[in-house]
Amino acid sequence: MGATKNSLEKRGFFDKLNNSYYKPEIYAAIGLFGLSIILSFASEYFLTANNIINLFRQVSLNAIIACGMTFVILTGGIDLSVGSIVAVTGTFIAGFIKSGMPIPLSILIGLAIGIGFGVINGLIVAYTNIPAIIVTLASMSMARGTALLYSNGYPISGMPAIFKEFGRGYIGPIPNPVYIMIGIVIFSGIVLTKSKFGRHVYALGGNEETVRLSGINVKKIKMMVYVISGTLSALSGLILCSRLGSGQPLSGDGWELDAIAAVVVGGTSIAGGRGTIIGTLIGAFVIGVLNNGLNLLNVSPYLQLVVKGIVIIGAVFVRAGFAKEK
Amino acid sequence: MENILEMKKINKQFFGVKALDNVDFSVKRGEVHILIGENGAGKSTLMKILSGAYHMDSGTIKFDGEELHISNPHYIQNKGISIIYQEFNLIPEMSIAENIFLGREPKKKTGLIDWKKMREETKDLLNKLELDVDPKTIVKTLSVAQQQFVEIAKALSFGAKLIIMDEPSATLTPKEIERLFLVIKELKEHNVSIIYISHHLDEVFQIGDSLTVLRDGKLVNSLSVTSTNKNEIIKMMVGRELKNTYPKRSSKPGKTLLEIKNLSKKNVLKDIEFTLHEGEILGVAGLVGSGRTEMARAIFGADSKDSGEITLNGNDLKINSPKDSIKNKIGLLPEDRKRQGVVLGMSVKSNISLASLERVIKRILINGKLEQQKVGHYFDILKIKAPNQDVLIQSLSGGNQQKVVLAKWLFTDCDIFIFDEPTRGIDVGAKYEIYQLMNKLTDHGKAIIMISSEMPEIIGMSDNVIVMHNGEITGKFKREELTQEKIMTSAAGEVN
Ligand SMILES: Nc1ncnc2c1ncn2[C@@H]1O[C@H](COP(=O)(O)OP(=O)(O)OP(=O)(O)O)[C@@H](O)[C@H]1O
Ligand SMILES: [Mg+2]
Repeated sequence: MGATKNSLEKRGFFDKLNNSYYKPEIYAAIGLFGLSIILSFASEYFLTANNIINLFRQVSLNAIIACGMTFVILTGGIDLSVGSIVAVTGTFIAGFIKSGMPIPLSILIGLAIGIGFGVINGLIVAYTNIPAIIVTLASMSMARGTALLYSNGYPISGMPAIFKEFGRGYIGPIPNPVYIMIGIVIFSGIVLTKSKFGRHVYALGGNEETVRLSGINVKKIKMMVYVISGTLSALSGLILCSRLGSGQPLSGDGWELDAIAAVVVGGTSIAGGRGTIIGTLIGAFVIGVLNNGLNLLNVSPYLQLVVKGIVIIGAVFVRAGFAKEK
Repeated sequence: MENILEMKKINKQFFGVKALDNVDFSVKRGEVHILIGENGAGKSTLMKILSGAYHMDSGTIKFDGEELHISNPHYIQNKGISIIYQEFNLIPEMSIAENIFLGREPKKKTGLIDWKKMREETKDLLNKLELDVDPKTIVKTLSVAQQQFVEIAKALSFGAKLIIMDEPSATLTPKEIERLFLVIKELKEHNVSIIYISHHLDEVFQIGDSLTVLRDGKLVNSLSVTSTNKNEIIKMMVGRELKNTYPKRSSKPGKTLLEIKNLSKKNVLKDIEFTLHEGEILGVAGLVGSGRTEMARAIFGADSKDSGEITLNGNDLKINSPKDSIKNKIGLLPEDRKRQGVVLGMSVKSNISLASLERVIKRILINGKLEQQKVGHYFDILKIKAPNQDVLIQSLSGGNQQKVVLAKWLFTDCDIFIFDEPTRGIDVGAKYEIYQLMNKLTDHGKAIIMISSEMPEIIGMSDNVIVMHNGEITGKFKREELTQEKIMTSAAGEVN
């Protein structure tokens, strides 16, 4: 470890990281590593198997949503509606199940409703000039409102055990949602780096006009990224509903911030065009470890928010400093 | 005359690649100093060091008798150095006046911006350059040439003692270049020094006093313009002699490939009609603003049109988007490299393959090896100067970025190429190679529509030429009957 670091330094460590070797997720990884070390000293409970498993489960939902957010942000957009989509999906699924609809059908229709908001986002962003931040702010409000209307503002509980098993269960020592997260991360990573669509996503964030003149359907790409984000949010909504055993119209509140934070801390440029899924995963863990660690240390939840904010700014600041042309 | 600028033993490396190797460079007060060299020779890098955009690894810079410790572009502007970059730095969404006075807007006593004064001063500057546009015009609506003049106006507004122009003429027509030269001469009379980078050797003799040649990051020679000639300069630049500027056209136009009829767009294009044949290079001449680019974009589907029939091999085509066009194997190399040609944050490789990803896909995924290999082919034949295909395109020199965009369109394997200013920013040696490439394409039955503001290029390479003026075709000429005068009169609007 020491030796490799030295040889890199000789050839200009930061030079390498910068231009053609631009790997911002490395900073996030270093940060995550440092944070974990500090916490393992600060709390003896941090490194226990129990806590690690717990941590992974906590991170999984945010990581899934953040994968979708990565697609959106790479194109230069943003999706504020993810948290509300989590709520609306879960609420409807719980409501349908409670009303006696077969579970698979309830899930399908519930997911479709969540995804529907993604489709609406996509259509409006792609076919009008309204900025994504406005469009998704509006749908954030609409989705939350829909969930509250449908449930009259109360959680819908009393789910059958078989439904709850999906979100609460384990395969081996590892909770089910973690497998789903891993699957989504791998799938997203492959789509972004290896598929034609993924290439187009990056290019679109870099220079829309060039992409259009290259014969690529820009509207379709824009549309698709919001649908992906909506789909992954709906999936998270399903997992959450199953784990809680109830549909909560107020769930997912503020999750858009955690998802955006994960993406940005993971090194994706908010202007689009640059970033990786692996960075987002690391970013999600930075946020997760922070939440988990501060809880273990009994830091007040109010102070936790402040610390989280500082970490986000710090992460982006450090990267921006290094990424500049020297 | 004393030296206003002395740069000594300048070194700069990028990731282990030497961009500048112990370069000495000095400029006298009140002279026009030409900086010349192949694509990637280090010209822009040297100037970016001077302007504070890059930091040198070692070396000293003396300006106006004082040693400079350049830390940022602001510092240098205050010292009296202005630079006009090869890739413009205007803010597209802002007006001309706002761009010129960005960060130093004239204020009223109340502290508010004095818009009236700002517009008046802008108008004065524009008048000096005979640019007849409203200072309130949003920059992105201007043509490339007009933007170029706005950049110059901005430099003038700083009252600089030294102005650096990185390939200013690449985007201008002969008439505009004349105007630019008048401005330069006037600046000279006011004892302002100019560093002028260009790939047009004729300009060296028109305005240059001294000349510095760089090759592969090293100083080749610094001498006075009167003591040298064109061939000698080329030899210093490329290290060998170049016999011809244009290769012989080998193919002859064959059967009709593309027919354009009645192509019109209100206030932009009027009744455009022409035919393009297999193996033909059709030159499109005209002044900037004559509608050449607009015509290309309308055919390609990048812009809408009011009417127009396009037939390919006798079949009617419906082209409503670039996608439709590319599907029918018609490609367009756009005129504005930075805004329409490249994705700056992506690698050279991804830029080249962007329009043809189907060709590097195996099953459903992009195959890295296949991409590397196929892109590598074009990387090699265009002799793109970059450490490898994976570096970001923004780290390439201007001319090499242009080659990447060319490679991208060649890789699409279209049958018809519309090239809008294909050799913009490309050095003499590489130009010749690109012309050879165009010959090869036409030998294979492909056809090229070549829009160019360089008259010799139009005359040297075209089988047929159309000349445009005000959105109309005002002249059509065969290769045999082509003369510079005929093109000029048509371009001025006299129907032939
Ligand atoms: N930011 C950068 N990162 C990495 N390499 C760079 C960077 N800027 C320039 N270079 C390299 O330095 C060399 C000199 O480039 P420069 O832009 O100075 O060439 P130039 O003489 O201006 O060429 P052109 O005529 O094509 O504009 C090139 O090999 C280029 O790839
Ligand atoms: Mg240059």
